[in-house]
Amino acid sequence: MQDTLTDAQICQPENMVYCRTALMTQAPLSYCPGCGHGTAHRLIMEVIEEMKMQANTIGVAPVGCSVLAYDFLDIDMQQAAHGRAPAVATGIKRLYPDKFVFTYQGDGDLAAIGTGETIHACNRGENITIFFVNNGIYGMTGGQMAPTTLPGMKTATSPFGRDTETMGHPLKITELIANLPGTYFVSRQSVHTPANVRKAKKAIEKAIQYQKLNKGLNFVEIVSNCNSGWKMTPLESNKWMEENMFPFYPLGDIKVPK
Amino acid sequence: MATVKGRIVIDTERCKGCQLCAPACKEGTIAMSKNLNSKGYQFATSINDDCTGCINCALVCPDGAITVYRVKLN
Amino acid sequence: MKEIRLMKGNEAIAEGVIRAGCDGYFGYPITPQSEVLEYLMANKTKERTGMIVLQAESEIASIHMVYGGAASGKRVMTSSSSPGISLMQEGISFMAGTELPCLLLNVVRGGPGLGTIQPSQSDYFQAVKGGGHGDYKMIVLAPASVQEMYDFAKLGFELAFKHRIQVMVLSDGAIGQMMEKVELDEQVPRWTDEEIVKLHPWSTTGKTPDRERNIITSLDLNPVKQEIINRNLQKKFKHIEETEVRFERIMCDDAEYLFVAYGSSARICQKAVSLGRAKGIKVGLLRPITLFPYPSKELEKLAKQVKGMLSVEMSAGQMVEDVRLSVNGAVPVEHYGRLGGIIPAPDEVLNVLEEKFIKENLLCKTH
Ligand SMILES: Cc1ncc(C[n+]2csc(CCOP(=O)(O)OP(=O)(O)O)c2C)c(N)n1
Ligand code: SF4
Ligand code: SF4
Ligand code: SF4
Ligand SMILES: [Mg+2]
Repeated sequence: MQDTLTDAQICQPENMVYCRTALMTQAPLSYCPGCGHGTAHRLIMEVIEEMKMQANTIGVAPVGCSVLAYDFLDIDMQQAAHGRAPAVATGIKRLYPDKFVFTYQGDGDLAAIGTGETIHACNRGENITIFFVNNGIYGMTGGQMAPTTLPGMKTATSPFGRDTETMGHPLKITELIANLPGTYFVSRQSVHTPANVRKAKKAIEKAIQYQKLNKGLNFVEIVSNCNSGWKMTPLESNKWMEENMFPFYPLGDIKVPK
Repeated sequence: MATVKGRIVIDTERCKGCQLCAPACKEGTIAMSKNLNSKGYQFATSINDDCTGCINCALVCPDGAITVYRVKLN
Repeated sequence: MKEIRLMKGNEAIAEGVIRAGCDGYFGYPITPQSEVLEYLMANKTKERTGMIVLQAESEIASIHMVYGGAASGKRVMTSSSSPGISLMQEGISFMAGTELPCLLLNVVRGGPGLGTIQPSQSDYFQAVKGGGHGDYKMIVLAPASVQEMYDFAKLGFELAFKHRIQVMVLSDGAIGQMMEKVELDEQVPRWTDEEIVKLHPWSTTGKTPDRERNIITSLDLNPVKQEIINRNLQKKFKHIEETEVRFERIMCDDAEYLFVAYGSSARICQKAVSLGRAKGIKVGLLRPITLFPYPSKELEKLAKQVKGMLSVEMSAGQMVEDVRLSVNGAVPVEHYGRLGGIIPAPDEVLNVLEEKFIKENLLCKTH
């Protein structure tokens, strides 16, 4: 008899074990098929929903593919100029020390044009949370070289591969800021497999939870794919990411509270 | 002996046909449909009854297109 | 009895913002205005009113901190001098696009480049014509005394929130550094977070179930919508031009010649008016207090009465363009300026006025 349960009998609200969080809006995501931005958004919103923090949260969107994050996240949000999100978040948090304030930034935004704002927010130990999506490329503007682009990696502005002699070396900004006394929790994750999604969510939970301690800046990097910029299918891009990005940007916690 | 039974419901209009969910499923429950949704994407679809409701597919779906149900048997 | 103190211009505006209920100041040191940040720090504003003061890593960071605070409905400000204000243009443009209220102080020094640390009025164009990218204006207030430095703190915040616009106090090194007596008024209480939610329902304070989420953005990729947004901005600027013009008329009623000058130059010209009157020259001074909106209508009226106008500025001739636009050829308009941080003397500007208009006329008559 049990084997004859119909779809309708199973698909009842009380049996639901997973659905898109209500804190994601109905708007279809503007991201390319398979892009990790969508998963990263969802995890952050899941945690905010589970912690019942919607009314207490102010988010800051960057310039990059996630410039329209505020269309998808059902929370109060500000759109910052390219790279300035950590300064914007500093302004909010200093004036609203009891709110949860976070930025969501790409690698060009955070590690190129916004390096100064990033490092100084970290160094001052601003009690904000930064979610950093590193896809090694400028996704939004059509796949140009980013500070995080791997050596030899082909992009629109390094068509023969990144030549470190003339184009510099990829910047491990996460390791860099982990060295600053102002950061409290620093972790690097990915969201391309179920196991990685689960780990990333735990790190996001901590980065949000820890903000309440006022112990400094919490930072989660998500190494992600840009299948459009990398010119691969989503599945290929995830494989390429495992083989090439992870050796250079190893996953795991980089700085954990004692 | 299976002690749980799962089902997925895919929002085919939200699905972008990225295929990330299919290899995430150990039960081989998901494949890409031959049909296209209104945006022209070949959406994902459930092809067998072996779903255990493990939610792995939903976790990796960037567009949040998958809802998962699970019932415990006996 | 009002409290009276002898203060520097920069200190006066710092005291002014504290008393105006300012919530946050974000800034970076630069001469000749570092006293603002120094005064605020020394005054332990956190303990006095709860006001936050933060030294940022750059002017770029400062203005974007201001953006964050303003977008959450707080009274926030920054101050700097010319090179620093140039760095802030990105943030100012973003605040224009998102209609965020804030107070900005530029204690102008000479440029271009590092220029000099001496007073100048060479940032008029940048302040009045919209120094950053895009079609926008901000309200620009030009203090000519230490008292006005103080007063424009409160007025600036009032106008900023009334119109959801950036208000710049365009001062200069002379006004910033000089000492005069200042009448202080009562402390305006800072808004509570609950008051902000009520007063500024657009601000990002956290989405509660009783309302839709608030979004502060200057982006709209739809050209039709973007045009509407821009047209509405222009409507607002027009409204401000119609309602917020401020100026001072000094000996204008019977004037045959007119100085037009703001800030430090206006003080010089006021003295020159006295010198001229003593010589029997019927000269007056129109002192624009708001540089945007500009007192064009007043100048247009005066153009029917006077024989010539002399725009006196510590610049190579910036405001003079607005004087000319205002009178539209009705009377001759000349410019006199000193550059590089030199403040002209009253007899010097009176001489110029006489040479440009009066002696020339005599010459014409004898020919
Ligand atoms: C001041 C400024 N310079 C340049 C740009 C153009 N621009 C937009 S997004 C972008 C790069 C974004 O890359 P990243 O931060 O890595 O985000 P992604 O799109 O890869 O997620 C650039 C250069 C801009 N909008 N503003
Ligand atoms: S361009 Fe790259 S980063 Fe941007 S949405 Fe597409 S895949 Fe994602
Ligand atoms: S819930 Fe688990 S078993 Fe069911 S389809 Fe998804 S991945 Fe497969
Ligand atoms: S992961 Fe989501 S969007 Fe991608 S094919 Fe599966 S259901 Fe569709
Ligand atoms: Mg990127």
